[in-house]
Amino acid sequence: MIGYLLKRAGFGLALLIVMSTITFFLVFSGTERVAANILGDNASDADIAALTTELGIDRPMLVQYGEWMGGALTGDLGRAWTTPGSVTEILARRLPVTLSIVGTAVVVMALVSAVLGITAAVRGGWADRLIQLVSVIGFAIPNFWLGLMLVVLFALNLRLLPATGYVSFSTSPLGWLAAVTLPVTALVLGGIASASQQVRGAVIDALSQDYVRTLRARGVRSASILYRHALRNAMPAALTVLSVQFIALLGGAAIIERVFAIPGLGELTVRSAIVGDVPVLMGVVVAMIIVVILVNMVIDVVNAWVNPKVRLK
Amino acid sequence: MSAPANTRERTSFLLSVLSNPMGLIAALILLAMVLVAIFAPLIAPFEPNAVQIFKVNAAPGNGYLLGGDGSGRDIFSRLVYGARNTFLGALVAVTVAGVLGVTGGLFAGYYGKTFDTVSGWIADGLMALPAIIVLLALFQALGSSIYLSMAVFGVMLSPGFFRLTRNLVRGVKHELYIDAARVAGLSDIRIILRHILLVIRAPVVIQVSIVAGIAIVIQAGLEFLGLGDSNVPTWGGMLQDAFANLYVAPKSVYWPGLAISFTVASLVLLANAIRDRMQRGDAAPRAAKLPPAPTSVTAPLPADKDALLQVQDLVVGYPDRAGWKPVVKGVSLTLKRGEIFGLVGESGSGKTQTAFSVLGLLSTGGRVLSGSIRFDGDEITGLSEAQRHALRGKRIAYVPQEPMSNLDPSFKIGFQLVEPMVTVLGISKAEAKARALQLLARVGLPDPERVFRSYPHEISGGMAQRVLIAGAVSCNPDLLIADEPTTALDVTVQMEVLELMRDLQAEFGMSIILVTHNFGVVADMCDTVAVMKDGQIVETASADALFADPQHDYTKMLLGSVLEDPETRSYRAPEESAA
Repeated sequence: MIGYLLKRAGFGLALLIVMSTITFFLVFSGTERVAANILGDNASDADIAALTTELGIDRPMLVQYGEWMGGALTGDLGRAWTTPGSVTEILARRLPVTLSIVGTAVVVMALVSAVLGITAAVRGGWADRLIQLVSVIGFAIPNFWLGLMLVVLFALNLRLLPATGYVSFSTSPLGWLAAVTLPVTALVLGGIASASQQVRGAVIDALSQDYVRTLRARGVRSASILYRHALRNAMPAALTVLSVQFIALLGGAAIIERVFAIPGLGELTVRSAIVGDVPVLMGVVVAMIIVVILVNMVIDVVNAWVNPKVRLK
Repeated sequence: MSAPANTRERTSFLLSVLSNPMGLIAALILLAMVLVAIFAPLIAPFEPNAVQIFKVNAAPGNGYLLGGDGSGRDIFSRLVYGARNTFLGALVAVTVAGVLGVTGGLFAGYYGKTFDTVSGWIADGLMALPAIIVLLALFQALGSSIYLSMAVFGVMLSPGFFRLTRNLVRGVKHELYIDAARVAGLSDIRIILRHILLVIRAPVVIQVSIVAGIAIVIQAGLEFLGLGDSNVPTWGGMLQDAFANLYVAPKSVYWPGLAISFTVASLVLLANAIRDRMQRGDAAPRAAKLPPAPTSVTAPLPADKDALLQVQDLVVGYPDRAGWKPVVKGVSLTLKRGEIFGLVGESGSGKTQTAFSVLGLLSTGGRVLSGSIRFDGDEITGLSEAQRHALRGKRIAYVPQEPMSNLDPSFKIGFQLVEPMVTVLGISKAEAKARALQLLARVGLPDPERVFRSYPHEISGGMAQRVLIAGAVSCNPDLLIADEPTTALDVTVQMEVLELMRDLQAEFGMSIILVTHNFGVVADMCDTVAVMKDGQIVETASADALFADPQHDYTKMLLGSVLEDPETRSYRAPEESAA
């Protein structure tokens, strides 16, 4: 088990280095206009040249890469170009905000999808049709538009929940709940649409296995067959869905944070992309890859715990 | 397959997709949208960027059908022009994703090896990060052209096409007709073009629909974030403008969002219609549309004290497109107490379905349409599921054909023996464990403790079958139904398992229904034999009489084929049992 985890961790590290290298060369290849962007329309050519030299982007790419990677390996992702502070500090401030929203969304999505998917698999009929409807609607409505509509309805018309802003959980749990309710709702619909369908498929698949008939022939109760045997065997498929959806939710959060003015990683990415704050963008990519790798490792551990075949490999 | 037939087949496929009302509506909406995009200058009353300063955030009216936006431009005209950019962007993304993914998938699936491995890694890598974050990070490098961004997005979407194509190709690669084509000397390229593209066509069309939907949503998202050219009217850009003016003119957020949602929903519904059409071949109609299942009309036989099981005129059916299709057509048999009864016939003769209807475990949709099943004197066809459940395990037990797939792979064998005993016999876990260990020893497993702690994949097929037999007899049943219990086993193990079943039958005083196609097994084990063909019993006799003097032509034919070739159809797949 520990060997398995170490292998997964090694694979994750390799993925991190390869992906961040590719991203570095792509992102740093578009830095010609950055100095002009930062200084604005009234800057003189001399000012722009000076800033270009100061940022070090007139040097060969390989030199820049060596410097960045050298720092990155020791946890130093450089300084932001357009805001004060180091990239690592900025990320440390922003990441928890995004994770609290995405994490809540993942939990809500998993619970709702499990209930919907299992009901549809066992009951068929209306539950099946409901889940099909949800899947079309959830796919067709962009999460940020849903967010805007929720703001119009709950914040502007009904005045029930705040339209914008974020309160951290440690400051005020209730304030946090009020702040994340609308963003999480907007964010999860698409995930539920996709995940509930796949849970349904996984449960139907598990229930149609030969051993289910044999268990029934032995007199095992239907509740135990569904909740103990079928769900356990549907778990690996459901966990894969969870890991795919987690990545989708991270992406979705980038736009949702903009709608609700939440100071998270997504909002940071959008702002940095528009002004061209390349070190921050690199930091965001690295942070996201690390989060994705860690989440996948947790999912692997759970998978090994439920699925004896994985565990023994 | 000749070209005209192919064309006709394609046309009828298209027509049947469109005969689905959802498919038709979706196709019409999409067609209308595309026409709007093409003829935008004729439809839009204003230039998309024409500003009328007094109509900033104006309400609908005065020529502006849906009102004015934050700069005083006509929302309706911008909506119409926005369709152009939306469809072009989706086209770029889908083309890049489709060409890359399908080509890569064809090669990976057809040739496998290194290319398959490496392209699999690349696909994994591309899916490891949220696409929108990557597009944001590359914004400075790509510039504000949304089409370039959509091309990059297409690359990130290509794993979907890649995986789909690769798996489909791997699925058909070893089909006989592909081998035949290869033997016939067709080049790989010809085989791919002629045979494989035919298989992947419909799934790829479905994927195109889905990916186009995703592309439209992501494109609107990027434009909403301000990463587009502000001079080009786009739905996402319109949402950005509406967002900026949310407190002044909240209604402006409706229209672009509705346009996106209708377009994407149409794409999904069209994909669903194609999928439904593809799956219709084997799908049964909804139960509500079926004629009601006919109820029992035959008066059951009077209860016979010597008989444990009396089956009278049993008809079992499954729903298909035409209604109920019977698979068991009027079977009658009587099983005496303590007897081993052989049910013999080819696969598809209805012997397994007869056995499952006694257990009350027909596959989904299957139903006893008429007839009577009397178990120990009591009619059981009309019993509720709960009453049938009470019989299973405790009084009627089951030994399946394929040992490995009949043990739950996620639970230890011990648990799978203990759980039913605790439920059925109401004994404690410790008692059940002691009894399970005794039974494992009784069925001839040398190390019961180890087997008890093992997972199913850690033991051999022969051991697994012994475990299943131990499980079946664990609650002292009166009737054991064994469905081809030795077919999946090694020849040497077959004899031992049969011997075990005979010993257990004597020891537990059970009756056995032995479903088999193997006359050797019948001769070895059975007191009475019924021969089934096409859902009916053609002959019932004592085993001795049947072998000495078969009456029915079909029985003679079966016996004849055994004599000519004793290995026919038996001893299938010994390698499976070694797993």
